[in-house]
Formats: sequence, C-alpha cells, structure tokens
Amino acid sequence: MLEVRGLSVRYGGIQALQGVDLTVAQGEIVCLIGANGAGKSTLLGAVSGLIKPTAGAIAYEGRPIAGHKASRLSRQGLILVPEGRRVFANLSVEENLILGGYFRPRGREQQADMAEVFDTFPRLAERRRQAAGTLSGGEQQMLALGRALMGRPRLLMMDEPSLGLAPLMVAEVFGVIRRIHQRGVTVLLIEQNAAAALAIAHRGYVLEVGRVVLSGSGRELASDGRVQRAYLGMD
Amino acid sequence: MDGAQLLQQIINGLTLGSLYALIAIGYTMVYGILRLINFAHGDVLMVGCYLAWFGAVQFGLPWWAALMGSMALTALLGVLIDQGAYRPLRSAPRISALITAIGVSFFLENLGLVVFGGRPKAFERPEIFNQLYQIGDLRVLSHSVWVPIITALVLAGLLWMIYRTRLGMAMRALSRDLVTVQLMGIDTNRVVAVTFALGSALAAAGGIFWAMKYPQINPLMGVLPGLKAFVAAVLGGIGNVVGAVLGGLMLGFGEIMLVALWPELAGYRDALAFVLLIGFLLFRPSGILGQELPS
Ligand SMILES: Nc1ncnc2c1ncn2[C@@H]1O[C@H](COP(=O)(O)OP(=O)(O)OP(=O)(O)O)[C@@H](O)[C@H]1O
Ligand SMILES: [Mg+2]
Repeated sequence: MLEVRGLSVRYGGIQALQGVDLTVAQGEIVCLIGANGAGKSTLLGAVSGLIKPTAGAIAYEGRPIAGHKASRLSRQGLILVPEGRRVFANLSVEENLILGGYFRPRGREQQADMAEVFDTFPRLAERRRQAAGTLSGGEQQMLALGRALMGRPRLLMMDEPSLGLAPLMVAEVFGVIRRIHQRGVTVLLIEQNAAAALAIAHRGYVLEVGRVVLSGSGRELASDGRVQRAYLGMD
Repeated sequence: MDGAQLLQQIINGLTLGSLYALIAIGYTMVYGILRLINFAHGDVLMVGCYLAWFGAVQFGLPWWAALMGSMALTALLGVLIDQGAYRPLRSAPRISALITAIGVSFFLENLGLVVFGGRPKAFERPEIFNQLYQIGDLRVLSHSVWVPIITALVLAGLLWMIYRTRLGMAMRALSRDLVTVQLMGIDTNRVVAVTFALGSALAAAGGIFWAMKYPQINPLMGVLPGLKAFVAAVLGGIGNVVGAVLGGLMLGFGEIMLVALWPELAGYRDALAFVLLIGFLLFRPSGILGQELPS
C-alpha cells in the first residue's frame, strides 16, 4: 500500500533522513520507533506531503506521490494525525470534525461518519459545541483521531498519539487504534511507548539518526536485545 | 453645539467611520489569515476607483454596473498580487512579505501615475447618492445614509460567511494553523485567494464611496485612507472583522468630533489616527476586540 525507497530529507545543513526504505502492506499495523530526533516525524511529514524529500521515491497504492501536495494526498485517503494533535483550538469540536471531512460530499454520509466518531468517542459527543482548545489533552487526542477518521482514511498515519496521556488514556487510545484497524484501515504509527506499540503492530522499524537500523515483526523487535535496552527500558 | 448640529456630526462620523471600516476589513482579513500587513491595500483601492471611473465615464455604464465591474476586477487584481508577489514568500520570514507589500504599493502608485496621469479626475456622485435631505436645520446627503447601511450589510454577510459556512470554517482554521489545514484536504492557496478577492473587492467598494464623497480621484488617493484603515484595523484588534468595523467607526467619530469640538485643532485631524495608534500600541496593543497577541 505504501512503498518508500531511498528517502532522504535535509533541513539546511541537517540530514534528517538518509536513504530510508519502508513498506506498509494493506491491512497492516506498522510501527516506527526511535529516539528523539531520529527522524520519525520527518518521515511521516515527507509521506504526507508536508515536507519535500531531497531524494527517493514514495508510492501510495502503486502510484508515485513524492512531491505531491498534502491536501491532494489527504483527499486520496492518505491521512496524517500530526504530532501534538494540532486541533483547531478556536473552532468547536463539531467544526473540527466537519473540517476533517471537508473534501468529502456533505450530507447523509458525513452525518453517518460523525455519528460513528461520536459513537467511538462519547466524550466528544458531550462536548460537540465546546471550543476544541478547552478540551483536555486526552480529549484533544481523541478529537484529532476523530477528525482524521472523518476523511475516511485508507492509510492512517499517527505521530505519537499517546504522548502526554495518563496510562488509562493510553490504553484507550491503543484500543481505538485496534478498532480503527479492524474496520479495514491500514495503520502506520510512531510511538515512544514502544512496548504497547510493538504489542499491536504486525511489523516495526527502528530509526536511528535518519536511518533504518532494524526491522521485523512486532514480536521479533520486542524480543531483540538492542530494542529492549534502548526502547523498552530493560537491561 | 445644539441638538441638530450634534446629530449632523454623528451622521458625518458614522459615514466616515463606515468608509474606514469597509477598507479596514480587507486589511484585517488578510492579516488574520497570513499575518501579513498588506500595505498595497490602499493602492488596490485606488485602482478600483479608476476602474469604476472608466466603467462609468468611458463606457457609460450605470453606476451599479461600474461598481460591480470594478469590484470584480479589483478582486482579480488582489488575487494576482497575492499569487505573483506574496505566495512565493509564504514560507519566508514575515518581514520579506512585508517589504514586498511596500514594494507593490509603490509599484501601483507609480503605475497609476504613468497610466492615469497625475491630474485628478472628477468622480461624479450618482443621482441616488446625491439627494439632499433637509430636516429642520439638519442637512443630510443620501450618500451619508447609504454608506453606513451598505457597511452594515457587508459586515452581516461577512460574519455569516465566516461563522456559518464551510469556507468560513476553513478560513478560521487556516488563520490558526496553515500547516494542519492542508491535512484536511484543504487547498490553502484557494482559501487565501478567496480572502484576497473579498478584501480587495471591499477595498474597491470602500474607495468608490470614498471618492464619491470628495468627489475626485488621483493615483495617490489610496495612501491616506489606506493608512487610516490600517490604524482602524489595529485599533479594533487586527485579524478581527468586527473589530475592524468598530475601529473604523471609532476613528471616524474621533476625527469628526475633534474638528467639531475644537475647530482650531482641525489641522491635526489626520494626526489623530496616529495618536490613537500610538496610544493603543502602548496601553492596549491587542486592540478593542483582540484577545491575544500574535507573536
Ligand atoms: N523544520 C526543521 N528545520 C530544521 N531541522 C529540523 C526541522 N524539523 C526537524 N528537524 C531536525 O531533524 C531531525 C529529525 O527531527 P524529527 O522531528 O523528524 O524527529 P523525531 O524522530 O520525530 O523526534 P521526536 O521523537 O522528538 O518527535 C532533528 O534533528 C530535528 O532537529
Ligand atoms: Mg516527532
């Protein structure tokens, strides 16, 4: 579904990504782990069209997309939930959701999508007229996820959806990711919470200073000594 | 000042303030979305006035057709300026776009001098805006009645658009986060283009009603109303449409009352705007309705 080959990104003098290869097959959950500054967000930024790669190829559903605009890719179901949630604080919860499905035909189908989001996140339904900026961090994360779902993603990319959430909320977010996946959405996930992420991921990649240093199934990575020491806090 | 005189001054203030408001709306909308002070706004207004003049005088169009035609073409000019001058600088430091705006302003002024000539052209007031009503001692030109009404209608329409339509929703989102709206499948360039089109069309309308007041036009006519409208937008809280209208009214009333109450200060009338500007920047930099300061 997604094929990244030799992807490089440079910010001025900083080489953030260097020759990264990565694939995501239809129906998979793939997880990306790595230390701060490893280039994880840069990778998702390049795939989503927000960041222009300096070299390499990206194919989505078999078609080359490197250099395409983010707005165009979102319309094609390649949707990113950005780092730090980025809900529109000045808009209501409902308006945030409507924007998530902005490009889709309005009407009954959109109503149904919104009802489904409210079904998944009942807390959002209670707060639908509230300004998004007044939600708690966890609620904002739910809104960011719900907003992405309104665009009917085929490949949903999430940049650290559990960041800054209390353990109970983290569990809830992972539960939701699993449910979204069960509805047929392919998932590419960045997580600091490597243990939880590898537990639900089919496959994973480990990124270090802009390169893929390790990849394998979720179970393989979780039992790899280097991963255990660096990302799972075991010795 | 007796009652009739006071009422007269209130009407004058309302008219002048409404003109500032119409022009300030374009300033504030562009700023709200791009954090860009479009210093060419006043000169766009000037071009709009010449377009209307050509429509009415050269092509003999009725006033409303000249007004509509000018608004449409000026909207197009605003979009072209954005695409040609500002869009390439979207991710450059803000100061670059600001300097470019000043350059566009000089360009339009000098282009106007070359193309239209420096001599002012008479700008006739259409019949409907030229009726004089006399009620006791009160003398009111129909222009003074129509301008506030039109401004109120424009404001109502804009507020409806901003708070009740999906396009307005996209504008409000974009004003906060230009990057994330792209992830919603929204073409930001299109939303920005609509903003420039609306702001420029309103500048043309404001300029045309401004020109009817005096009634003449020249290539540098946009400078003063442009500056005043900028001040009005800041007074109201730049980025806020209702604030721009309040700021415009405040400035209009202020100027009229200054002259009415202290005729000997009439020469300082244009300075009032800048005194208010400095005062606000010192004591309430976010303006009447601004809640937070953009960095
Ligand atoms: N806009 C930018 N300009 C310059 N350098 C940048 C920019 N964005 C990221 N970088 C640099 O690129 C590198 C990779 O950053 P990136 O945000 O992709 O890391 P990350 O793996 O997502 O980290 P984290 O886990 O902290 O979110 C870092 O060294 C960062 O400083
Ligand atoms: Mg990151």
